[in-house]
Amino acid sequence: MKKTYKCEVDCANCAAKMEDAVKKIPGVNDARVNFMTQKFMLDADEERYDEILEAAVKACKKVEPDCEIEIK
Amino acid sequence: MTKKMKKTRNRIIVVLVMFFALLIAEHTGLLENIPFIAKLIIYLIPYLIIGYDVIRKAAINISHGQVFDENFLMMIATFGAFGIGEYSEALAVMLFYQIGELFQDYAVGKSRASIAEMMSIAPEYANLENENKEIEEVDPEDVEIGQILVIKPGEKVPIDGTVIEGESFIDTSAITGESVPRRVYPSQDIISGCVNKDSVLRIKTTKKYEDSTVSKILELVENASNKKSRMENFITRFARYYTPVVTIGAVLLALIPPILGMMEISDSIKRACIFLIVSCPCALVISVPLGFFGGIGASSRKGILVKGSNYLEAIAEAKTLVLDKTGTITKGEFSVKEVRPYGDIDKDELLRIAAHVEGYSNHPIAKSIMEAYEKQGKKADTSLVTNVQEIAGHGVRADFEGDEILAGNSGLLSDNGIQHELSSDAGTIVYLAKNKIFIGTISISDTIKEGAAKAMADVKSVGVSNIVMLTGDGKASAEQVAKEVGIDTVFSELLPADKVDRVEDMLNDASRGKLAFVGDGINDAPVLMRADVGIAMGSLGSDAAIEAADIVLMDDDIRKIADVIRIARKTLTIVKENIVFALFVKILILVLGALGIATMWLAVFGDVGVAVLAILNSMRALSDK
Repeated sequence: MKKTYKCEVDCANCAAKMEDAVKKIPGVNDARVNFMTQKFMLDADEERYDEILEAAVKACKKVEPDCEIEIK
Repeated sequence: MTKKMKKTRNRIIVVLVMFFALLIAEHTGLLENIPFIAKLIIYLIPYLIIGYDVIRKAAINISHGQVFDENFLMMIATFGAFGIGEYSEALAVMLFYQIGELFQDYAVGKSRASIAEMMSIAPEYANLENENKEIEEVDPEDVEIGQILVIKPGEKVPIDGTVIEGESFIDTSAITGESVPRRVYPSQDIISGCVNKDSVLRIKTTKKYEDSTVSKILELVENASNKKSRMENFITRFARYYTPVVTIGAVLLALIPPILGMMEISDSIKRACIFLIVSCPCALVISVPLGFFGGIGASSRKGILVKGSNYLEAIAEAKTLVLDKTGTITKGEFSVKEVRPYGDIDKDELLRIAAHVEGYSNHPIAKSIMEAYEKQGKKADTSLVTNVQEIAGHGVRADFEGDEILAGNSGLLSDNGIQHELSSDAGTIVYLAKNKIFIGTISISDTIKEGAAKAMADVKSVGVSNIVMLTGDGKASAEQVAKEVGIDTVFSELLPADKVDRVEDMLNDASRGKLAFVGDGINDAPVLMRADVGIAMGSLGSDAAIEAADIVLMDDDIRKIADVIRIARKTLTIVKENIVFALFVKILILVLGALGIATMWLAVFGDVGVAVLAILNSMRALSDK
């Protein structure tokens, strides 16, 4: 399953670091943190999606405590 | 400005005032007689006001094991300055660092907003008509295929569909870049993102919102910045090494000279702090993708969709442009150009005979003869035609009103021993004979697109050295078209598979530079994929073309090829300027810092100043002048 969320990141370098961190989470097929469009895309296993999303947000916060990912 | 930015701005103003007050106090000697602890506290107050978030982030990140975090490095640099008693420098560094960050955020936000504004083609709502003919405003995503939407003047078409009622002019400029409004009437397809200009339209949707042109385009443009160019990849890799190298350099600079007894430790720490200040690669990391994003934005405003920064980079280096003929240089619409009777037969009669015997065929040539006949208000009566025999590759033989008619190429007549004159007309020639006697010719050709010659001249003027045309057509008509529009090389009589081979041959010849192929995307998808850059005619939302190509010309106008090359070149120049400029300034500060010439002030100014200038420069890519 692939979904896109709004995401507030302040620096381009952090966006790249966040992307790397999320990609390392098991179950994540692909992830994008787009600094230009301020979007976060997560492609992960359907069954465990919510769980992975939560882990992804946590991983992003770890890299850049200031980022905001809007999960609706 | 966002809330966060406003808060930072207020903090900056407060601290700036305090900073100048302290500067004056220092210069007038007010601070000289107080104990050093009190002085430290006086400076620490504004320092903490301006820098608490940096310190907080640094603490969090270091607990996560991120040593090369910019916040952490900035904290070390300023702590170092405090440590050696340079209180005002420590405060200044943090203050100007924050000012720079704010500027950066603001500039990036600005350019992001202007791109977003340009891409504001997304409809906010759709007027859905229910069974009771009542209209309700709904989210476009909730509309199903086959539902009726009402579009009032001034509103955007939310979803692709077919007009079922009403006539109006629509402004397609947001999608195609074409400024002349297009007239629409019932049974016509209408694409989302266009603006209805003058009267109410009722449309039946043919797609869901997520498959409509608007959402496709938005998705493409947003994803475009994910496809990184070589330059972006270079910068990302560079950034990964730059920070650690500079940081290690700082540590060595702080420790080695004092150990060797070359300078005081306070002096060496000061120089090391300068290294730490310029250790963040942000100017580069931001300005490069921002430039490409601007270039892609400028292109889409002209109705050119570029699917990735890498393609923008490749098209800028295009030296060879290969074009398909039919549908690209020509309109792909065949029509009768000349009817030349021979002997005692008139034009109308010749066309009447031709239209009847060709009436059974589906061939585009036959169709265009039929069209020419029907244009005269007549209709071919196929019941008058008997014994129709198709002679593959040559033409047709049939009995019409008791006469034996042959219609086909010159070979057909020669095979039947019929004497005839060879026509010198361009295009495809149909030779006709009645009862084995030559009665005339009809020439049919494709129409060259308006502005094709100008398009080719423009492409040359932006640096493409070789223009090649590929076509399945005969040599004579292909060469005529090539001459008319100014094409250098022609490969004619090609089968679809031959086109791939030709392009591969050219790709193997490295001296030709990057190769761009332009096609209509219908049957040349393999060539589009094979070329360095595949440019497709969008044909207003043809999925196949958008899928296969790297660049899509939304309104099929080949004059835009030169536009996109120009935009790409400009974008690349800007990006290169930024890289060279930012690296130059950083290295200069490093050298001056190591030699003890640069102050910490200068370092901060240099660092954030470069970032802001690079961002402003990147924004030029957005305008296409």
